[in-house]
This record gives sequence, C-alpha cells and structure tokens, in this order.
Amino acid sequence: MPPKRRGAQLFMLALAVGIIMAAYASVGIGMDGQVPAGMLTYGLGLGVLMLIAYLVLAKFAPWADPLILPLVTLVNGIGLVMIYRIEQAPWRTGASATQQITWTAVGIVMFTVTLVVLRDHRLLQRFTYTAGALGVVLLILPLLPFIGREINGARIWINVGFSVQPGEFAKLALVVFFAGYLVAKRDVLALVGRRLLFIDLPRARDLGPILVIWGISVGILVLQKDLGTSLLLFGGFISMLYIATGRTAWVLIGLTLFVGGAFLAGQIFSHVGHRFEVWLNPESNEFYERAAGGSYQLMEGLFGLGSGGILGTGLGQGHPYRIPLAFSDFIFPATGEELGLTGLMALLMCYALIVERGLRTALAARDPFSKLLAGGLSFILAWQVFIIVGGVTNLIPLTGLVTPFMSQGGSALLANWILIALLVRMSDAARRPPPQAIQDEGLTQVMQR
Amino acid sequence: MNGTLKRVAVACMVMFGLLLLNVNYLQAVKAEEYREDNRNFRRFFQRYENQRGRIIAGNEVIAESVDTKGDIRFERRYRNGRLYAHVIGFFAPESERGIEAAQNKLLDGTSADLVVRRAVDLLTNKPTRGADIELTIDPRAQRAAYESLRRAGRKGAVVALDPQTGAIKAMVSLPTYDPNELAVPNKGKVAQAYNKLDADKDQPLLNRAIETTYAPGSTYKVVTTAALLSEDDTVGPQTTVDAPQVLDLPGTSVGLPNYAGAACGSGRVTLQFALEKSCNTPFAKIGMELGYEKMKEQAARFGIGEPLQIPLNVAPSSIGKKEDDAALAMASIGQRSVQMTPLQMAMVAAAVANDGTVMKPYLVDKVVSPDGDTLEETEPDELSEAMSPDAARKLRQMMVSVVAQGTATAAQIPGVTVGGKTGTAETSDNAPPHAWFIGFAPAENPKVAVCVFVQSGAAGDRATGGGTAAPVAREVMQAVLRR
Repeated sequence: MPPKRRGAQLFMLALAVGIIMAAYASVGIGMDGQVPAGMLTYGLGLGVLMLIAYLVLAKFAPWADPLILPLVTLVNGIGLVMIYRIEQAPWRTGASATQQITWTAVGIVMFTVTLVVLRDHRLLQRFTYTAGALGVVLLILPLLPFIGREINGARIWINVGFSVQPGEFAKLALVVFFAGYLVAKRDVLALVGRRLLFIDLPRARDLGPILVIWGISVGILVLQKDLGTSLLLFGGFISMLYIATGRTAWVLIGLTLFVGGAFLAGQIFSHVGHRFEVWLNPESNEFYERAAGGSYQLMEGLFGLGSGGILGTGLGQGHPYRIPLAFSDFIFPATGEELGLTGLMALLMCYALIVERGLRTALAARDPFSKLLAGGLSFILAWQVFIIVGGVTNLIPLTGLVTPFMSQGGSALLANWILIALLVRMSDAARRPPPQAIQDEGLTQVMQR
Repeated sequence: MNGTLKRVAVACMVMFGLLLLNVNYLQAVKAEEYREDNRNFRRFFQRYENQRGRIIAGNEVIAESVDTKGDIRFERRYRNGRLYAHVIGFFAPESERGIEAAQNKLLDGTSADLVVRRAVDLLTNKPTRGADIELTIDPRAQRAAYESLRRAGRKGAVVALDPQTGAIKAMVSLPTYDPNELAVPNKGKVAQAYNKLDADKDQPLLNRAIETTYAPGSTYKVVTTAALLSEDDTVGPQTTVDAPQVLDLPGTSVGLPNYAGAACGSGRVTLQFALEKSCNTPFAKIGMELGYEKMKEQAARFGIGEPLQIPLNVAPSSIGKKEDDAALAMASIGQRSVQMTPLQMAMVAAAVANDGTVMKPYLVDKVVSPDGDTLEETEPDELSEAMSPDAARKLRQMMVSVVAQGTATAAQIPGVTVGGKTGTAETSDNAPPHAWFIGFAPAENPKVAVCVFVQSGAAGDRATGGGTAAPVAREVMQAVLRR
C-alpha cells in the first residue's frame, strides 16, 4: 500500500508558490530596483487557489500522485512570470499577465471541477465515439465561415465573443477516442494481418482508422496551415496505436505516411517548405532577412539564448521581448535568455517529471483503457513539449504550437489543466489499494450457515 | 501493455534528452557565437547598459549619459554639441569618435583602472558607471574661438595652447556638426545623418585643427628664422639680410617675388623688418643657404613629423622630401611641400613663447572616478627643445614687433604685449589663399599661444593673415587672459 504523501505535496506546492513569488519579485528588482506592487496580492491569490486545489484533491483523489500538481503549478507560474516580464517591455508586445492570471485561475478551477465531477474516469470509455465526433467537430470549427479566424497565418481560432482555439480541446477528446477505440480493437489490430517481407501488414479494413486520422492530420495541415497540431495529433495516435498493439510496423507505416505527407506539403506549400529550409540553415542572411517564412524570429530566440548563456541575464535584465511572439510560441527561448541554461534544464526536468509521473500512472493502472488513456495523455504532453521546444531551439523544423502551461492563451491552459486533472484522477485510481478481501472469520461463518 | 508503455517511456526520455543536449549545445557551446553575432541587437543595447562617464570642460558638463529608463537605458547627450564636436566627437550606436573614442574604456568603465570599482559595484548590485574625463579646454576660450572664427569665415580651425604646459585651451574646427544627431541610439537615423555629413563638400566631420595639413605660408618663416638663429648665435633682430624684389630661383626661369610683387625696403633690411613686413625673398634665401638638412632638423626640433596623440591622433606635419634649391626656397616661406596642422603651428608659437621648449600638447587634464577620486592626472611633458632660450628671446622680440608695427597689428591687445606672425598661403592656381596667424601673449610671461587658420575661400578672395586671422587670434587670447 503506497503512502499518500499529502504532506509532502502540500510542502512542494508551497515551495512552488514561493519560487514563483520570488521570481516575480526578481523581475521587479531587475527592472526598477523594487519589488512589484502586486506581489503579495498575486502571491496570496495563487496560494489560496492552490490550497483549494490541494484540499479538493485530498478529499476527492486522496491517493493521487503527489508530484504532478506542484510541478504543473511551478511551470505555470514561471510562464506567468515570463509573460508579466514581457508585458513590462518598453512597447506593446501583446503579452498580458492579467489575462493569463485569470486563465490560470480558471484552469485551476477546471482542474478541481474535473476532479469533483469525474469520480471514475472509466466513464469516459462509454463516450468513445462521442469523443471522436466531438474532436473532429472541434478541429473543423475554425474552418467554418463567420466564427473561424485566421491569426498569424494559421486558421485555428474561432470567435464566440472571445477567441478560442478548439484544437486544444479536440486534442483531449481525440485521445479519449483513441483510447476507447484501441481498447476495443487492439486484439484484432495486433493479431490479424499478413506478413510481407519483415512487416506485418494490417488488414485493409483495420488500416482504415489510421488512414482517416492521417487524412484529418493532413487536412489540418493543408486547410488550417497548422503543421504543429497536425504533427501532434498524428504522433499521439501512432504512439497509442503502438502502446495498444505493440506492433512496430504501425509506427513505421505511420512515420512513412507522415513524412511523405509533410514532404509533399513542403513541395506544394511554400510556408511549409520555408520551415525546412530555415531549419537546415537558420543563420544564413538570406533567410534571416526574408520577410515572410524567414529565420528572423528563430534567430532572435537563439541570439537571446546565446546572450543568456549558462546562468542567464537574470529576470528583468535581458531583452526577451524583442523576439516576436516571445509570450506565446517563443516563451521557451525568452525564458532561456533570462534564466539561462540552468533555468531551461530545470524547466525541461519539470516537464520530464510530469510525463514520467503520467507514464508511471499508466504502468500502474489496472485496466487497458486507463493504461492507454494515461499513456496517451502523458505521451502527447511530452510530444508537444518536444515539438515546440525542439522547434524554437532548431532541433527540428519550427512549427507553431503552444508550450504547455507556459504560453499565453486560455484554451491551451484550460485544456492542459483538464489533462492534468485526468492524470491525477487516474493516478488516484492506480495507487488506491485494491478493495480488501473479506477476512472477518465471523462474517464468513455467517455466510456458511 | 506495460512492455510497450515502457518503450514509450524510453522514447519520451530520449526526446527530453535530446532537448536537454540541444539547449546545452546552444547556451554553452554556441553561446559565444550567438552573443557576438553582428545581427544580435543585444550587442547594440550593451553599449547603453552602463552609465558612461561625463566629459567636462572647465565647470561645464559637455557630454553626459541620461537614464531614459527605457529599452535603451543611457542615452548620450551633448550640451553645446556644435561647439565641442571636434574635440569630444560622438558616441554612435556602432562606433565612437574624438575623446569618446580615445577614452572609451575609461568612459564606459571597462578600463583595467576601474576593475576594483566594478567588482564593488557588482557586489553591491549598483550599476557600473564610467569615469569622468576633465578636459583642458577653457570654455571661454573655446567659445571665443568658435564665435570669432565663425565671423571670419565658414571654414578653418583655431588652436590655443598653454605654452608652459602644452594644455590645449581651445580647439575649434569649422564647419561643425551637432554630435547629438550622431549619438541617437538608432542605427538607421545615425547612418542617414552621418552619410549626409560625410557627403557635404564642406567636410563638417573633418577636424581641421589636427586631422589634415595645409600650407602654412608666411607663418612658417618663424621656423626658418629659428633655423638661422640656431645656426649662428651672433644673428639678431638687427642683423641685415638680402631682400631683393625678386629672388632668382636656381634652375628655373622664374623668380620668387614678395607678396603682391612689392619691394622689401631698400633690398637690404634687418631680419626684424623682413619678418614685420613678411618679405619672401630674405627667408627663401636663408632657407637655400642653410640647406635642406638644417631646415629639416629645425622642423623636427619643433616636433614636425612626430606622430602625436593628444590623445586624439594628430596627422603628422611635414616639410616634404628633399628637392632642388628652388623648391627649398619656396618651402622656407611655407609654400610648396610644407604641410602643417594648425595644432603644429600653435606648437611653433608656443615653443617661441616658452623659451624654445616644446611641450607635449594634451586635451585630457584629469580622469575622475565616479566617486570623485582622481585616477589620472596629466603631467606636462616636454616634447623637444626647438631652440636655445636666447634664440627664442630674439625671435619673441621680432614677433612682438610684427604685432606692434608689422602685418599683425590687428592682434594687438591694449595693455598686453602680443607676439605673432601672419601667413597668407597660396594654394593651387587662382584659388584664394589660406589666412593664418600664430602668436602668443603676454610676451614677457606667455600664458597662451594660438594658431588661427582660415581656409581658402572661406573669407573671400582677399583674405590675409593680418586682416582675417589676426583678429580672431586676438579674441581668443583675450578670452584666455580674461581681458
């Protein structure tokens, strides 16, 4: 019977809130030589919210993993501080800490609501196909006239009084769908098929879903110009397929399909092609000076990272706001300039630990649906971090995605806090001791009689 | 499913491992390269992070960095920029000029002399401030030089020295520019302003006092006279010399006339008279008789040809290569191959005033740390011995009479004995002459030596040393003497 570790969790939460407040104070001292006026208000606000989240968690998921919530809080808080810092730039950058604080609060509330409402996550299995349909609808929404909006070249927004990125929620719905679908079909998918050379080929009708998902991904890429979400979804699906069936062939086929699709897209659409050129040679002046699809933004990020070096310039003392979109897509290099290599490694370790706790939950889960759902959610989180962080640090071609919990944006924060709530819910189930076998002799006697 | 989950976990680990390796590569290995990249604007901002020291002349702060609290933290501002432009230069986004360049490391606080200070700042979390530079410039003299040169003509230079120390009291070059325009923290605007100034045919960016040389004309006769006095110590102001109306130049069919073809007395005059009237033929003859080597030697003893840093770089003056006697005759009256900076001619006047000793000219009086400690103070330094005190005394006497009753009466100051020498230097064919004046005051105990140079064409076709340059010199000397 694992310990609950609620005390440790409370301590870690307090530590996370403390670090965030210290970072917030550090921005003010770095910029004006004094602690920002709102430090105590915001700090107390965040503290109270976390206390509520903690109490709800202790009540409704007492066996939950103690590390996940503090880690997420820390990453979310560092993101908040960076957005606040970028907002303090000498000119308007588009960063809004107030907005992000509000969304963070809403996110934490959503986290608690999800924990309270969803007492047993296996309920979700019943809504497999509903979730699938919902996911597809959410993905298609931005393409609709009137409500769909194209911002910064990608059509992934809808406006319903305020702007929402439905794709962030679609991500969750689709993972639920994949998990449910694969649990139902995994035996068929794993066992039936023909062997051609070294690859076990699936049957055509089983191949269908893969092709459908691939089609949707490519559709997003083409119609919404969103390489990031397309890559994210397809990678998530392939990984879950692999977890469910254990067949490497699927991964290979999937990769081939995706790389082929991306290659074709690169040939056909200049904006995709530019990403590849820039990735291979970002430092070239030709790309640096190219107005659209050039390497300017990427290089600004790299210059910032270089200037930050190992220890960083210190919060409030660099120029991270000079990177276009430093508060959203490029928040990671912006953080790297002021917190340095040390800060970025700590941040990556936080993400890695969250993912690790998620995967541990998946391993410990007792039913296939839970395993798939927890594994899928964890992988998709890791995969998203890899795509966006790898992109802005030029490890892989750049695609636009939010950095989970850090980038400014309500939809992503909400969706990711719900994702965390699901993981916490499942970790509670996984770590909860199995119901005790009846051992009372007297009662047994009664039964025998 | 645990087997596949574990493999997915390994894949995640690999992904995070790659990200970690990559940020290590970027921020540890490639960091330097990115930091130094020309396109990294942070290099540009770095220039404005620390508060640069002030530049001070007399009691006036003429350059200082103002905290804007903005993205570009400290902006450089120049008060009376046009007046001091050629001395202090400017602090541009990607370069610096003048004192700003020569004393850059002290001003921005990176100098080794300030290393302790910087360490203390780092510990006490105070922003680093650079050292203040106190110039030798006397604001009154500078303003007088600027205003009167502007009245005399649009182009030229004035240098005033303390002959006993070499401290530069005034250094003006016209036309001038506003260094504030070149110091705005905006590369584009600065490039635009700079290109405009650079393309101006009047060359406002050129410091005419030290960066280029001109034919000194008759003012150079002082050097020729010094050579004669040094050669033969029996020679004095009353020694008679040949002064033909036209001097035959050996190996040519033309002769060398006096100014405007005039006669010089009776053809045989005293040395003092020749200098007073600025006759050409006696000095041309003296030069030819002394020969190139002796003339060159005398020039060298005035510091001519010596590379100087004051700490701005001074273009070396020169009397030219050895040619025939005709060329030497012309050189002896400051024409042909003789090329001097106004600073060098001021040094000639200063040497005469200072008993023959040439002091090393300098612009920086003191370097003061942000908390008021004097880090460096310039000690006056002897550059060379131009002539014996006796020869200097004789030359002084002759130059005093040039002002008293010769070509330079416009330089007279009531109640002060002024010595001087005018020059009206021919330039190329048919171009108007340069007008020069060198001088010192008071003759008994010289406090100021001055050189005024009004460039060809700036003061009309009839510019002369006596009419155009001497009055400017008078005003400058008066300003230094507070009269």
